[in-house]
Amino acid sequence: MQYICLIYADEKNQQNMSDAERGAYFQAYGQYTQELKGADAMVAGDALHPVSMATTVRVRDGKTLTTDGPFAETHEQLGGFYIVEAENLDEAIAWAAKIPTSAHGSIEVRPIMVFDQ
Amino acid sequence: MEAAAAMEQVARDDYGRVLSHLIRVVGDFQLAEDALQDALIRAAERWPTHGVPRNPAAWLTTTARRRALDRVRRRGTRTDKAPQLRALAELEQSLAPELDDDVEIGDERLRLIFTCCHPALPEGAQVALTLRTLCGLTTTEIARCLLVKETTLQQRLVRAKRKIAAAGIPYRVPPPELLPERMGSVLMVIYLIFTEGYSATQGPALVRADLCAEAIHLASVLHDLMPEEPEAGGLLGLLLLQDARRDARVDAAGELVLLPDQDRERWNHEQIAAGARHVRDALRMGQVGPYQIQGAIGAVHGEARTAEETDWNQIVALYDVLIRLVPTPVVSLNRAVAVAMAEGPAAGLALLDDSDLARELRGYHLFHSARADLLRRSDKLAEATVAYRRALALTRNETQRAFLRRRLRELAS
Repeated sequence: MQYICLIYADEKNQQNMSDAERGAYFQAYGQYTQELKGADAMVAGDALHPVSMATTVRVRDGKTLTTDGPFAETHEQLGGFYIVEAENLDEAIAWAAKIPTSAHGSIEVRPIMVFDQ
Repeated sequence: MEAAAAMEQVARDDYGRVLSHLIRVVGDFQLAEDALQDALIRAAERWPTHGVPRNPAAWLTTTARRRALDRVRRRGTRTDKAPQLRALAELEQSLAPELDDDVEIGDERLRLIFTCCHPALPEGAQVALTLRTLCGLTTTEIARCLLVKETTLQQRLVRAKRKIAAAGIPYRVPPPELLPERMGSVLMVIYLIFTEGYSATQGPALVRADLCAEAIHLASVLHDLMPEEPEAGGLLGLLLLQDARRDARVDAAGELVLLPDQDRERWNHEQIAAGARHVRDALRMGQVGPYQIQGAIGAVHGEARTAEETDWNQIVALYDVLIRLVPTPVVSLNRAVAVAMAEGPAAGLALLDDSDLARELRGYHLFHSARADLLRRSDKLAEATVAYRRALALTRNETQRAFLRRRLRELAS
């Protein structure tokens, strides 16, 4: 099965890191990605620019409405994701728990829907 | 009549075992449940005319497996997806006379209980699913036991089964590194099953011994699997201690007898000793937990030769520890009853009349009957009558209702 691990954290957390801390944080992500690839579990994964770079789009009555910022204001923002290949939810949870951000943010694990045909 | 009795017995005694086996074979909760339902309907049609098979549980299992196969085949003609074809092949193989034994655990119900209690499922759904699948309780019984509406409960079950399939919750006992984390909800679910058996929510009998036995069996399998987990041993001890007093809770006329009035000759003293031993062994591991403390309370009761010899001060002290671990209204209620025994009914009543507690427990019959009892012992007979009536209105168990009516008659005379 494939699962998406949506990585949520307070963006200030990373902004407030010292250079050394940030370096270690990115290095941990690098190692994690290597581990996923080594286990043949990596489907995709990327980091996102902060929500201040986000644009929300809605189409109503045929008109495109574009607004600045994320769809919802929450104290934790979506900062990146991995799509992993896992045998079952427990395996996906184990991968999610190793994502460096899980130590201060939250990882939402969702199964990816498979459609017939 | 014989067929009806056999049906009832197999539905009660073997439901969980047969279903847990089917889930493993077909790999799908809903399909397994539907197939077992088909088999039960088939049994209701056939057994009255063709006679009851020699081994009804085996008959049900085989019939359900065939029905599952039919269901998968029918689905298979609509879409031809690899997983369904794989399931089909596995099912066909499973119809071979000899099945592989589950070498890993040896009891598939344990696999089922860990799956039903997976932390990715909401807590209420975990309990409901375990009672439904392992114990074969009806949704009506579970709804009463959990104090929720039946429609709410049915939705809960449907959603939980959908999530098990869609989110890929594995059907297994978790590997050692995950076991400690997964224990808490399993322990709670087993305890709730026991409670349902020990004080059945409906029907003529106060005690449903089959459910008690089911819970004790699950607790003992869990304890064997995790000898280093003190709460598993504590739970087993607690259940054995409570269950040992089971026969004495109902008198010859079938009426409820409260702890102080029970004939202690009728307690199972061997089982009390075994339960107390489990509790002590668990406590010796030095990680205290709520089941161990409740077990210790049970041991103090069980080891008192007469009601008067009960060391109520020690029981109150144990409740003081318990309430720090589990600060719930029901624990407060039990502690208040113990305080009443140690210091007199007025002290207990003062605790029960706390407005927060009274509000939280206003729908709980045992709150009103405990309060009624303390009022009666304080000679506040009019107030006691009101409280007994309230308890009566909230109780569906016939034995408990008879007991409350008797108390009301005594107060009237």
